[in-house]
Amino acid sequence: MSLRTRRILWAYAFILIPLLFFIVIRAYPTLFAFNISLHDWNPLRTGDQPFIGIDNFARFLKDIADPNHVTRKAFENTAKYVLLGVPIQLALSLSIALLLNTIKRWVTLFRVIYFIPFVTSAVAVAWVWRSLYMPDFGAINLLLDAFHIPSQRFLLDINQSLPSVTAVVVWQGLGFAVIIFLAGLQQIPEVYYEAARVDGANRLQVFRGITIPLLNSSIVYLAVLQTIGFLRMFAEVLNLSRQGDGGPINSTTTVVLRVYREGFGSFNMGYAATLTVILFAIILVITIVQLRFLQRRFDY
Amino acid sequence: MAQLIQPRPMTRGRQIDLPQILAYALLTLGAVTMVVPFFWMISTSMKTVSEILKPQFFPSAPTLENYVTVMTRTLFPTWYFNSLLAATASTLSVAFFDSLVGYVFAKFEFPLKKVFFVLVLMTLMVPTEMLVIPWYIMAVGVKLQDSLLGIVFPGLVTATGVFLMRQSFFAVPDELIDAARIDGMHEFGIFTTIAWPLVKSAVAAVCIFNFLGNWNAFIWPLIVTSKRATMTLPIGLSFFSGEAGSDWHLIMTGATIATVPLLIVFLFFQRQIIKGIALTGIKA
Repeated sequence: MSLRTRRILWAYAFILIPLLFFIVIRAYPTLFAFNISLHDWNPLRTGDQPFIGIDNFARFLKDIADPNHVTRKAFENTAKYVLLGVPIQLALSLSIALLLNTIKRWVTLFRVIYFIPFVTSAVAVAWVWRSLYMPDFGAINLLLDAFHIPSQRFLLDINQSLPSVTAVVVWQGLGFAVIIFLAGLQQIPEVYYEAARVDGANRLQVFRGITIPLLNSSIVYLAVLQTIGFLRMFAEVLNLSRQGDGGPINSTTTVVLRVYREGFGSFNMGYAATLTVILFAIILVITIVQLRFLQRRFDY
Repeated sequence: MAQLIQPRPMTRGRQIDLPQILAYALLTLGAVTMVVPFFWMISTSMKTVSEILKPQFFPSAPTLENYVTVMTRTLFPTWYFNSLLAATASTLSVAFFDSLVGYVFAKFEFPLKKVFFVLVLMTLMVPTEMLVIPWYIMAVGVKLQDSLLGIVFPGLVTATGVFLMRQSFFAVPDELIDAARIDGMHEFGIFTTIAWPLVKSAVAAVCIFNFLGNWNAFIWPLIVTSKRATMTLPIGLSFFSGEAGSDWHLIMTGATIATVPLLIVFLFFQRQIIKGIALTGIKA
């Protein structure tokens, strides 16, 4: 046996188990999910699961056409979370990173503090914020009271609940984005700033002409990551709403919460799988579109 | 050209630098927002039942009684143990398999290599949410619900880890591996004793993120466990809190127990974690 053949055999031996893992635990279930979405799949049924073609997709179209349907609400809310959460999170984290980039001491300390919520479990975070948001005795209303602002109902109010949930998610994810931005800022060569200074550019011109274009890849990367994160929101909503139902009156429910309720509450797994296939398609399209911006060229 | 750029005159030298002070003030305000919820959590966990619905931040007589209650009368110790076991088991598996596969993709040439690598990368595109239903049906088929293996099997090898380890192994010189081959060392020995120790910091980063991710994992452990005794910490905390009603002192005690030990570990490893994220951009 030649040396080359022996090495090839070693390589196959090394990756055999992990490769089987990727096929059985990742690739096959992906195809399986598409297959389930074409069936009226109920795990409690003992016999075969009836094949129903695209009926689940037809039902989905009917559901989102109905403005009062919970599935329609779930998709609407998820879009709102993305449109509200991503810009706020990007703006806040970029501001914090810029501030951290100007100060000379305690940068590490601030970085660690901003990062603490990120390593905490979403469940614990959700319950702490639920308590903070409570009317009458929650810490936020205590603070409002100190400024003579009337008590707010936050999560219990149909109009305030979605922004309140968004705030928790933004709060928790801020530290991660700050670190990515800070790493990006530190890679911008000092000479660009010096050149701009010599040319007499003011702070705003420097920011728009140098900082933003050179941070482009960080901004796009975080925008993609956070969009996907908000599209997949689940643990926060389940734990922030009473009975974990995405309430009050479906005002905070999300696509993934619908998947969980349909699949594991009503055992309607065919329809739940259909929703995940649609979510997958949305994530794929958004990622591809946003990555296009990454290729955009800037004139410096 | 150089002499044209004069250093700015040091007029500001000892004077008060307003933008700096403003930056510190804003950052401090933000930092307070980051930590106050944790103080509120700990503070509420030390209140007595008569104080939890009163409008006050601090307990008038701090007590540790809630901790005794939660640790002795609930399944928190079990959930803690389950989480520790699940996170450790998956991290050990990832530490071994991710680096082995990363090593093979970085240092070996073999037929179908590209195909396999693309297959691994493509699994990154599929969100977990799409896989939980097939995983559940598969787990039921082989009776893996409510078991440790059932909780950890989806994360025994990770595509992100494989990718990161591959990047790290590129930095290991081929000459070193070839020299060991000439010495007659077999390939597995080269991997464990020569190559692996050279990428230890990357392995550590992958392990830390993997541990954190598994420790905090929610949707899959929620689906695969239904018996109280097999739940992991986030699932247990979620169920416990849902049933505790307005016993906020107990809920916050549970939340403190679930978070504070991990935060201490984080503070211990914060340098590596933050450096790892800045370098790789990987989200736990």
